[in-house]
Amino acid sequence: MKIAGKSMPHESAEAHATGAALYTDDLPLRFPRTLYAWPVLSPHPHATILSIDLTPALTVQGVVTTLCASDVTGENDSGPSRHDEPLFPTVAMHHSQAIVWVLAETLEAAKTGAAKIAVEYEPLPAILTIEQAIAARSFHSPEPVRMRRGDFHSAFASSAVRLEGQISVGGQEQFYLETQNSLAWIDESGGISLHSSTQHPSETQEIVARVLGIPKNRVSVECLRMGGAFGGKESQGNPWAAIAALGAVKTNRPVHVRLPRVLDMVLTGKRHPFLARFEAGFDRRGVLEALRVELYSDGGWSLDLSDPVLSRALFHVDNAYYLKNVELMGYVCKTHKTSQTAFRGFGGPQGMLVIEDILDRAARTLGLAPETVRARNFYRDGQTTHYGQLVKDASRIETIWNQVKVSSRFDERRAAMARFNTSSPHTKRGLAITPVKFGISFTASFFNQAGALVIVYRDGTVQVNHGGTEMGQGLHTKIRQIAAQCLDIPIETVRIMAPRTDKVPNTSATAASSGSDLNGAAVANACEQINERLAPIRASLGPAATFAQICNAAYFQRIPLFAQGFYRTPEIHWDPKTGQGKPFHYYAYGAAVSEVEVDGFTGDYQLRRVDILEDVGNSVSPLIDRGQVEGGFIQGMGWLTIEELLWDSRGRLATNSASTYKLPSWSEVPEIFTVAFLERAAEPGVIFGSKAVGEPPLMLALSVREALRDAIASFATEPSNAPIEVDSPLTPERVYWAIEHVRSRIENAQPEPVESHAG
Amino acid sequence: MTPISFELNGREIRVENSATHTTLLEFVRAQGLTGSKEGCAEGECGACTVLFVNPHAESGSKLVPVNSCLVLLPMAAGRAVFTVEALASEGRLADVQRAMVEHGGSQCGYCTPGFIASMFAEQYRPDRAGACDVHNLSGNLCRCTGYRPIRDALATIGPPTDERFLARLSKPPQPLRAVDTPGFSRPTSLRRCLEILRDHPESRLIAGATDLAVESNLRGRRFPHLVSIDGLEELRQFSEDPTEVVIGAGVPLGELASLWRNAPPVVHEWLPLFASPLIRNRATLGGNLATASPIGDGAPLLLALDARVKIANLEGERFVALADFFKGYRDTHLARGEVLVSIHIPKPLRSHARFFKVAKRRMDDISTIAAAFAIELDEGHRVESIRLAYGGVAATPIRAIEAEAELAGARWNRSAIDKAKRAIAVTVKPISDHRGSAAYRLAMAQSLLDKFWYEYEKREESAA
Repeated sequence: MKIAGKSMPHESAEAHATGAALYTDDLPLRFPRTLYAWPVLSPHPHATILSIDLTPALTVQGVVTTLCASDVTGENDSGPSRHDEPLFPTVAMHHSQAIVWVLAETLEAAKTGAAKIAVEYEPLPAILTIEQAIAARSFHSPEPVRMRRGDFHSAFASSAVRLEGQISVGGQEQFYLETQNSLAWIDESGGISLHSSTQHPSETQEIVARVLGIPKNRVSVECLRMGGAFGGKESQGNPWAAIAALGAVKTNRPVHVRLPRVLDMVLTGKRHPFLARFEAGFDRRGVLEALRVELYSDGGWSLDLSDPVLSRALFHVDNAYYLKNVELMGYVCKTHKTSQTAFRGFGGPQGMLVIEDILDRAARTLGLAPETVRARNFYRDGQTTHYGQLVKDASRIETIWNQVKVSSRFDERRAAMARFNTSSPHTKRGLAITPVKFGISFTASFFNQAGALVIVYRDGTVQVNHGGTEMGQGLHTKIRQIAAQCLDIPIETVRIMAPRTDKVPNTSATAASSGSDLNGAAVANACEQINERLAPIRASLGPAATFAQICNAAYFQRIPLFAQGFYRTPEIHWDPKTGQGKPFHYYAYGAAVSEVEVDGFTGDYQLRRVDILEDVGNSVSPLIDRGQVEGGFIQGMGWLTIEELLWDSRGRLATNSASTYKLPSWSEVPEIFTVAFLERAAEPGVIFGSKAVGEPPLMLALSVREALRDAIASFATEPSNAPIEVDSPLTPERVYWAIEHVRSRIENAQPEPVESHAG
Repeated sequence: MTPISFELNGREIRVENSATHTTLLEFVRAQGLTGSKEGCAEGECGACTVLFVNPHAESGSKLVPVNSCLVLLPMAAGRAVFTVEALASEGRLADVQRAMVEHGGSQCGYCTPGFIASMFAEQYRPDRAGACDVHNLSGNLCRCTGYRPIRDALATIGPPTDERFLARLSKPPQPLRAVDTPGFSRPTSLRRCLEILRDHPESRLIAGATDLAVESNLRGRRFPHLVSIDGLEELRQFSEDPTEVVIGAGVPLGELASLWRNAPPVVHEWLPLFASPLIRNRATLGGNLATASPIGDGAPLLLALDARVKIANLEGERFVALADFFKGYRDTHLARGEVLVSIHIPKPLRSHARFFKVAKRRMDDISTIAAAFAIELDEGHRVESIRLAYGGVAATPIRAIEAEAELAGARWNRSAIDKAKRAIAVTVKPISDHRGSAAYRLAMAQSLLDKFWYEYEKREESAA
């Protein structure tokens, strides 16, 4: 029976389709006397809080109590990295920061109560852009992160072509459809229990215990499933869980904290905006000789996960290209904005955008095709990265590249497109192919561990507990396939339990694309132990015995029918001090070809066709993996095109709702969208030879940005070697100004900066 | 509030005591029907989609998907509503549910119930001739899948199969009855409506509430008395004769295409760009004009078509040219106690008209700028008449009068267009905001005229 490797629907698909699938937000009805919470928000991006008068809130009918710093029985802090996030601040650090909370019988009463609370502020100067932060040297850590190899300066000095410039890269809102949600209650034994929409139940448990000042064994956290997360619930669900827990302790009633969309957008962190400054030297064939990049990320008010995000950006400035002489440096800027956080790709996309942008500039400058310059810079077998890791299977980059070029008829279409563009003055098409090489593992090595608890009952049915959370990525589906395969039983007899900290403890976040690699291996380990114990019984009962009969016999022989599994990724290490190591277990590869059509009158555009070839190893669940590839690609395309975060001059997020912040919709889906997996790609040392797939496809969308730049270039009225310099995201407005620039009608790509443009 | 009642998943529901601002979504979720989700509370994501049973001339009734987050509970009075929980039949998945499961159409599953509701309505759409139309799902957002598997799932859907629903839809629904409760009225005659407005001078008229419910949900605005036009047949008329096209102010935008069967191409260019199908199923042209948003998509086209509006009050009726209707930002010539009854478009229509919308997202976005142009050329390729209308470039929708004057009588050529573009810069004084800079808006106001001219000439060329 071969279950792993089979295309199967999502384990909860029927429940999704009928509306029966439960999320944290669906649970309050099950908890009588639940209270609802609403915050008071700072109207300033940076201000000292002089006084707070909570009493007027208590006069509102239905208001039960308020929560403020004096209610904290433990530590007033929810920071996951540094303890730099007061739950109830004395200084407001970003616009709309939650200052205090109101608990009431209804949400309406809580809102009414919160509106009555008077807070006196003394506004302080605020840093709202990366440029302001650089000028003020406002960084979360004084020393930059550095990585280097070779001799940049002499290589740059002797390069035939030298480019320098800067690229501003916008952030991205996760926009999980289910917003942040936590429900806390005092359980029957006096502990604190929570349902929380969190990618990291163990950390939520830790923060709740910290804020309440109680040991971890008094707190248990469960995550049924999430309505999307994308990194936005890796750390940023914790404060709301802490508020719910604190409220439950204070009132001895269940407390539900739910951030509706606008609150979610103004309170929680996003993908980091970045500013890159670079110098790059090339030879005449477009081979990169020297590269120097300074990366500045906008970390917002607290550190959160900004350090590893920046590191991952620096790890991925190479994308799939060999950097011979390179100097990289990065700072996390401290600004008075939401604390930017994990988002699918975790800095990798921003790092890769920079090198793809630079290679296209080099190609235009040299009069070469961008795809030619890209291919000339690929890693070859035996080469190492700028941080000293051997690029295993480097030749796959070229294999994938060549395959997708052929399957997408790239050269033929390139020629047809040139003819189209010559005859079409106001509508131009663009075509681009870009590769992805993405490192798989948490760069903090200790996170690369996972546990599982597999329970077999006497009737042969199985419960699988593991540390991974389900956010739609299909982890539970894969785990179910892995367990059924390992135990050689029908998949219907395997039930995946929602992760709970009292079943599998000390788990890592479900993040870094590692969910099925780590938890799958831990589950397989538990299943192997059970198989070993059952083997003698299996042998004695003969081949006709059912699994239920074997299990029942084992019970009577007093053989334990449950096992804990564990897995740690072997041989990974990384030393931030030297900038050297082997931080990744392996690399995931892929390439995409995208074609766009741009309207020169407006800058509006359409994605016409996408062809993807992705290396997923031996897929455990092809339907799930294809969904990850397609969904990741469209999400990446949104980041690079229409999703635009704008803050106004008062530090207020101007695009704070679904009507002002636009996700890709049906109109952005390409008419032709082909996805194929690399064949004969088994990855040794990973569960069933599979590879991680959650994040890498997002960066394939860089082909859309590059195709748009290709189309922009073809608006030039006369032959030009000028590079296309344009910031991200490529909204129709930015595309329009870039076109005007190449038509030589205007000096700069954007004559008038949008007043509220991201830093 | 005195009790209202409606049918929910085939059961009669009585609501004894509920605030007017409670939404249908909040209500059904509080009943334990948590399949419908709140993703945005402003009708943008469709995760809350439920189905109304509305009358249909030929078949009896039809399922209409709507955003339940924008339906204030009393607006549901007397209606029949189905939520996702009612669509599977005795443990057997509905066709659209089965197809979504098999095609990997759900990942996190949060948007899925809303998609299922829209897909179900599409399968049972009485005027559907061929395959399901994926455009009818474009009011539903998905953050996980990238839509391809949902598109493929819908493509497998054949004719309706569930006898329970087919039987139900073969009969017309109950006509909407009058509702009169503290805080909410739904009159069933225009006369009665005007009297209520007189008796409750603080009241606000609501049509689809697709604007007002957003104010209520997101900004916490509360309204002392709401008067729904849902029951006013006088506002749901459509007629066309040799002199004019008359569109009732209360006709949902989603019904306009089927009513105006020989509408000119510009109407078909315009309607799909006007919000989303879920919004169009509730929103009306009258509501779009009366809210007087400078970026409403209704006004530019109607200005270009030289429409006028009929306004009723207790004394009688009057007509106002749409060009005079807007007084200022979100302000019109509608006086307190008056009702916008209908929109009148004179005929013959101009022989060439276009509608353009520039936004970050191609579909279902709010305009950065919208433009509608209508032109008549004489035999000598001279401009006999032209109207250039814009949204998003001033406090109200406007006509570019100076540019029109520049073009009137001129030869329809490059140099006339260039002069008109300079004149547009005189008229148009846009602002910068998160949708676009002032410079871009001005550039678009000019560039769209270029595009209009260029595409007109190209069409003539290829016709010749």
